[in-house]
Amino acid sequence: MTSLPSHKKLKEMTLTNVTVGYDGGAIVKEASFQLLEGQIGCLLGPSGCGKSTLLRAIAGFEPLMTGEIKIDGDIISSPSITINPEERHIGMVFQDIALFPHLTIAQNIAFGLTAWPKKAANERVDYLLELVGLSGFQARYPHSLSGGQQQRVALARAMAPKPKLLLMDEPFSGLDAKLREELVPDIREILQHEKMSALLVTHDQMEAFAMADQVSVMDGGEIHQTGSPYEVYHEPETRFVASFIGHGDFLPATVCGPDCVHSDLGNIHGDLDHGFADNTDVDLLIRPDDILHDDDSEFVGEIVSKWFRGSHFLYRVKLSSGKVVYCFASSHHDHHLGQEIGLTVHLDHLVMFPR
Amino acid sequence: MVDSTSPSAARRLKCNWLKIAAVSIAAILALPILVVLVNVLIGNGDVWRHLYETVLADYIQNSLLLMLGVGIGAFAIGVPCAWLTSMCDFPGRKLLSWALLLPMAMPAYIIAYTYTGIFDFAGPVQTFIRSVTGWSYGEYWFFEVRSLGGAIVMLTLVLYPYVYLMSRAAFLEQSENTLEVSRTLGYSSRAAFFKLALPLARPAIVTGLTLVLMETLADYGTVQFFGVNTFTTGILRTFYGFGDVMAASQLAGILLLFVIVLILLEKHSRRRIRYHASGLRKASNRRIQLTGSRVFFTYLVCWLPILFGFLIPVGILLYWALFKAEVPDSKFVQLAWNSLYLAALAAMIVVGLALVLSYAIRLNRGVSVRASIGIAGMGYALPGTIIAIGTIVPLAWLDHRIIDFMKQYTDQRVGLIFSGTLVALLFAYTVRFMAVSLGAVQNGLGKIKPSMDMAGRSLGMTPAKVLARIHVPLLKGSVLTAMLIVFVDVLKELPATLVLRPFNFNTLAVRAFELASDERLIDAAPASLMIVLVGLAPVILLSRSISSRAEFSK
Repeated sequence: MTSLPSHKKLKEMTLTNVTVGYDGGAIVKEASFQLLEGQIGCLLGPSGCGKSTLLRAIAGFEPLMTGEIKIDGDIISSPSITINPEERHIGMVFQDIALFPHLTIAQNIAFGLTAWPKKAANERVDYLLELVGLSGFQARYPHSLSGGQQQRVALARAMAPKPKLLLMDEPFSGLDAKLREELVPDIREILQHEKMSALLVTHDQMEAFAMADQVSVMDGGEIHQTGSPYEVYHEPETRFVASFIGHGDFLPATVCGPDCVHSDLGNIHGDLDHGFADNTDVDLLIRPDDILHDDDSEFVGEIVSKWFRGSHFLYRVKLSSGKVVYCFASSHHDHHLGQEIGLTVHLDHLVMFPR
Repeated sequence: MVDSTSPSAARRLKCNWLKIAAVSIAAILALPILVVLVNVLIGNGDVWRHLYETVLADYIQNSLLLMLGVGIGAFAIGVPCAWLTSMCDFPGRKLLSWALLLPMAMPAYIIAYTYTGIFDFAGPVQTFIRSVTGWSYGEYWFFEVRSLGGAIVMLTLVLYPYVYLMSRAAFLEQSENTLEVSRTLGYSSRAAFFKLALPLARPAIVTGLTLVLMETLADYGTVQFFGVNTFTTGILRTFYGFGDVMAASQLAGILLLFVIVLILLEKHSRRRIRYHASGLRKASNRRIQLTGSRVFFTYLVCWLPILFGFLIPVGILLYWALFKAEVPDSKFVQLAWNSLYLAALAAMIVVGLALVLSYAIRLNRGVSVRASIGIAGMGYALPGTIIAIGTIVPLAWLDHRIIDFMKQYTDQRVGLIFSGTLVALLFAYTVRFMAVSLGAVQNGLGKIKPSMDMAGRSLGMTPAKVLARIHVPLLKGSVLTAMLIVFVDVLKELPATLVLRPFNFNTLAVRAFELASDERLIDAAPASLMIVLVGLAPVILLSRSISSRAEFSK
């Protein structure tokens, strides 16, 4: 195998029942998902859920215990074969950036271009620096750059050899909030401009939603759900996904029909059959924006705390059963603590889990 | 893709190789200490009783007084100087903050020879007094340099930089906010120093003092020359004078006990560093501006130790070497060459092994490797005399077994293969100086984050290329630093060299010691001066790193 410049784009990467771990313990269990050409995927989960380990397995730094990873039909990892990282044409951006401190910015970016003709390599470096907005930084050294600039260089370095796939391990976690807000859309745009397939690891759902076309939510080494950001937010398949993504409360309810449940806030109808038998006790997922303030409603709750958010108020209200839920109200509805307000539920899909 | 091997299997194989190497190195380096311990345990009561009845009380008393005196002295010089150069501002502060390190280049035994030459009866000072006053011997009092008190002063003058360095680093790391908060709570800056800055720096000061006390315990040249009976002189006298290996080992064992107490003390105080450190590196310069008489006072406090610990002795040595001593001849060149190649050889061996150990722990954080690193670094705390005894005993035993064996089964006659050659010396140096080089190498390797290895791999580099293009250039500086430190330490090391050198093999340090012992202090100057000048190199390196630390802080 030689590492000649690869210009072929990724068509698809498929993970099937991938288990990664060390003697005895599995850190990633039976993970399966697929990433298609030009897609930006994301492994989202709390720290210690195995997402970084899975990413390192894709990069070739961790052997598999079971399953296989295929790129465009070729197996790159299986329990019997682990293709060396340098032969995979997979680029990687690291959490701690990991620029080489003894090399200039240009030398850093050209590090993976040793097989390229000199002129082409120089052009590639200049092109990428322009793309990440750092033209003219060629001769500088990493330590003279700010954190955000270093992260852009790291991205350029990983993209330089035109990898089939770009892996990013918590690339924004070391940056402050404002910088992150700036960098995330920029990087998404750069990846789309280059039609680069990428896989991002993060614990920050806002980052995941801003970057990714497809999110795989992980916990305890397992992938709970893979879907679009909209799907994992509005149609969570497991209780973990429902509670990890976004704010939400579980409202105790009883099934009272194929598309209906009964709760403290009355009978609630969904737009689809939920598949639970009548009289089953369930927990209904309620998002803050699902419960609205409505003076005319017959259901009331007592305000226990409130936050002013500019365009709206976010209240915590205690229902008659003692259950406390979020409630949105427009910023004209300024109620004081302890006051009872009317509530109404606006739900399209019923997301619920057996109690 | 068929030819691809599994990196995990390859890595495991490499790790195992390194692991075995690390454990073996540690096992071999632990030999001297084990020998001493075993001798203590199997030692019989008679030896003990004899030691107890004769010399032991004397040794213990002198060693304790020496430690007490040097500890107080090093604290009294080191902490105020550190405070003044780190927290106050005055003209010439930067120059002072590194000049205070200069006495580190001066081995204690050399400063002892120099001051003896200046202040003893035949020296220039007393001669001058006599010529002015007309008094003769016995008609006036003059302090005796060659005494316990003299030894305390000599050791203090060259060892205070340890306390200075550690407490300075601690003061600099104290968050400015901590001190400002105390001011807002109504403390004066003087009260803030005693109530806050000093207690916060205490773990660092204790660490510095521990190093000072370890060096004090390990000192042989000064106390031997001054005729102060301590453990180190006792061990060598018992070993050489009486040829009593057992008693020497027993004494070494007690000395070891002292060292262990010091280590535990240091560990105990370091345990708290984590909680004390603010984590915030302060690079700003909101120092207390000094003016007028305070500047004068500061100069007095800070320049005196430099004057007496470095400038005067070096000046005197220079004068003697250039105008008074015998002109260096080919013998001197031979001496210098012996010292240099021995030190260079030791530096390469020690740093080579340190690299193996450092990579072992980088690739395998298992218990056995971690323990190996700990054991391999133990030698730094051991006085050279203990290491010397612990080296010569097993090597001589081995040599005699080999000689017996050869006699019995062949006609070959062999000499002392290990104990009579440079092997013993190099082995002892490796034991003693592994910790220093291990520290420097690990520090350098730690700056190469594992993600850099992975970045290199994901950019198409094989592990060998990652090593060549990332590790070698990034590690070069640390490796050279480590080699330089070991080189200089070997050059200065006296007791182990004295005991273990092959017959007729002399180094600069040994020659200076021999000439001084023969009261030829002035003729010892060229060798002494050379040791001091070479010793300046790591001090300069150190001073550069402390002055640039602020810039590199995150």
